[in-house]
Amino acid sequence: MLEIKNLVVQIEDKRILNGLNLTVNKGEVAAIMGPNGSGKSTLSYVIAGKEDYEVLDGEILLDGQNLLEMEPDQRAAAGVFLAFQYPLEIPGVGSMTFLKAAMNAQRKSRGEGELSTPDFIKQVNAAAAKLEMNKDMLKRALNVGFSGGEKKRMEILQMALLQPSFCILDETDSGLDIDALRIVSEGVNALRSPDRAFLVITHYQRLLNHIVPDTVHVMHGGRIVRSGGKELALELEANGYADYRESEAA
Amino acid sequence: MPAVQETIDQVRSIDVDQYKYGFETEVEMEKSPKGLSEDVIRFISAKKGEPEWMLQWRLDAYKRWLTMTEPSWARVSYDKIDYNDIYYYAAPKKNPAPKSLDEVDPEILKTYEKLGIPLREQEILAGVEPERRVAVDAVFDSVSVATTFKEELAKAGVIFMPISEAIREYPDLVKQYLGTVVPVTDNFFATLNSAVFTDGSFVYIPPGVRCPMELSTYFRINEKNTGQFERTLIIADKGSYVSYLEGCTAPKRDENQLHAAVVELIALDDAEIKYSTVQNWYPGDAEGRGGIYNFVTKRGDCRGKNSVITWTQVETGSAITWKYPSCILRGDNSRGEFYSIAVSNGMQQVDSGTKMIHLGKNTTSRIISKGIAAGKSENTYRGLVSAHRKATGARNFTNCDSLLIGNQCGAHTVPYIESKNATAVFEHEATTSKISEDQMFYCQQRGLSEEEATALIVNGFVKDVLQQLPMEFAVEAQKLISISLEGSVG
Ligand SMILES: Nc1ncnc2c1ncn2[C@@H]1O[C@H](COP(=O)(O)OP(=O)(O)OP(=O)(O)O)[C@@H](O)[C@H]1O
Ligand SMILES: [Mg+2]
Repeated sequence: MLEIKNLVVQIEDKRILNGLNLTVNKGEVAAIMGPNGSGKSTLSYVIAGKEDYEVLDGEILLDGQNLLEMEPDQRAAAGVFLAFQYPLEIPGVGSMTFLKAAMNAQRKSRGEGELSTPDFIKQVNAAAAKLEMNKDMLKRALNVGFSGGEKKRMEILQMALLQPSFCILDETDSGLDIDALRIVSEGVNALRSPDRAFLVITHYQRLLNHIVPDTVHVMHGGRIVRSGGKELALELEANGYADYRESEAA
Repeated sequence: MPAVQETIDQVRSIDVDQYKYGFETEVEMEKSPKGLSEDVIRFISAKKGEPEWMLQWRLDAYKRWLTMTEPSWARVSYDKIDYNDIYYYAAPKKNPAPKSLDEVDPEILKTYEKLGIPLREQEILAGVEPERRVAVDAVFDSVSVATTFKEELAKAGVIFMPISEAIREYPDLVKQYLGTVVPVTDNFFATLNSAVFTDGSFVYIPPGVRCPMELSTYFRINEKNTGQFERTLIIADKGSYVSYLEGCTAPKRDENQLHAAVVELIALDDAEIKYSTVQNWYPGDAEGRGGIYNFVTKRGDCRGKNSVITWTQVETGSAITWKYPSCILRGDNSRGEFYSIAVSNGMQQVDSGTKMIHLGKNTTSRIISKGIAAGKSENTYRGLVSAHRKATGARNFTNCDSLLIGNQCGAHTVPYIESKNATAVFEHEATTSKISEDQMFYCQQRGLSEEEATALIVNGFVKDVLQQLPMEFAVEAQKLISISLEGSVG
């Protein structure tokens, strides 16, 4: 599904990704763990197409399509979804207005007509209920004045409504309380399907107790330095990243 | 979001050329000699068949104007205007005062058709609910070419006609009110207008009457090197109500053209006037060539107790906008409101705002201003709120927000507050924000194109003000705003 080969990326002359290789298959949930500043968010932005990053080498293929040649909205239409580590606030734009605009934009890219308002409201209500979201929140401007945890839930709500095929979750667990962590994880698990893949970026095993990954990758210094099964996360939890730091020093 | 989609489609359908009203109409025109002199003023007055007192009024204004200097305090810059290089009067040669639509030059009728302004009552009547109808006064350069629904309005006692006609038919009403809100000596441009004004609308709503339909005037500048000097006078007598809308467009030209209007509103006891403007004069090209210089004096007098005047403006056009629709809150308990969306793109310069002058007791005012600057434009809000000694209990709420698109434009807020009464309460809020690249990326990540994202954010920014417009016009205005911002991102 997603294939990244020898990706080299810099920003303002600072190299952040150094020949990164990663493959995520259809139906797979891949977790990425790694110390602060190792380039995890950068990787997610580059997949989604954020402007500021300069790709010096390598390629990113989604189902064979070259993502690097596409605009961010085209990548979204191709199925890429990024749940942001820090979701943006959009003052003046109601959450419902935003959701409807996004859903209709994606429908349009698939050649479908606009959603009717009753259908739209039905879908949002159903998805919001599953995530146990407070409806009053949806009446406010998008993410404006939302708590950290509320913003994260809003990201997952959007994911549930847009039904993307490749989902990146960048530290969705940070800022969530214990109940919210379970509810959001259930939301993610409900979306797991043979046609959909996930890239779950996290620092903690506790999220992976809920969303059990198929593979775990360790990122360090802008590269995937080790890959394994779900037990790798437990090992990291016990030992930290000391081994990797030493190997770098050596 | 159908509104957003509509906006986008609208924008797409207009290619390189964003200003779609820039065409010219070929009609033979009769003009005054170029330049300004007593003779030109006599020429205009004679063309209009005016009584002697009106001519005298104009000549007095002209004498006064000769002693005045152009104001320079606004945050706008432009080459010196040569007032002798302008035609002050231009009217279709063939029948400048048509009695019915059949007498109007077909080319002019086509113009209004192209502009989407309905002038045929039968067509308007078909399939439109009575309360949704709009009566139109169509002003083409210096003359009114058609006024619709006159008879039906007359049945309700409403007078709606070109001001030049009103001067002949209702001289007493005109004499009683003209120049009582904006005195002849008010300011350079208002004085100039008093000397040379050509057409505009006159509205009188008798006591207790709720005007049975929306009234509107559509101003079109067509002729080259011609200034438009419209004069509008609206009087709402005791306990009456009227909603009035003004629209305007002009052809695309490399030279600048002057538009210096005066609008006076008078609301007597318990009366209410809503005055809305969708200003879409030609803004000039990307390099700042051409476009209308819009120097306008608009003022409303809440003369009676409990009266209300509301100004709503959507300003997207003109190379330069210099305009401060104001309210004099003279009557006790009177209320003034100002809702404004001012969009500037390219090289446009906007200096606009309002004045709320609290004179009476318990008078209230509300100012909501939304400025959107894109391209290399400059967008200034300038507002005065003042309470005089007797204005016990005066209250004002002001909210001024600016949105910047890109980083070559400027937004400025210049509020003046003067209070001579200790009980007055004035509140002022102001914000400036920018559509950030991160917000744009976030929207695009959800599948919205750059254009769709901009439209969404801008619509969100202006919606409080759009809600103040009559519904049909709100939709138009929303489209217009997006068109004006076309090409402003990226
Ligand atoms: N705009 C920028 N200019 C300069 N350096 C940047 C920029 N953006 C990111 N970086 C640097 O790139 C490196 C990787 O950042 P990134 O956000 O990808 O890390 P991360 O792995 O997501 O960290 P965390 O676990 O803290 O979220 C960091 O050293 C960061 O300071
Ligand atoms: Mg990160």
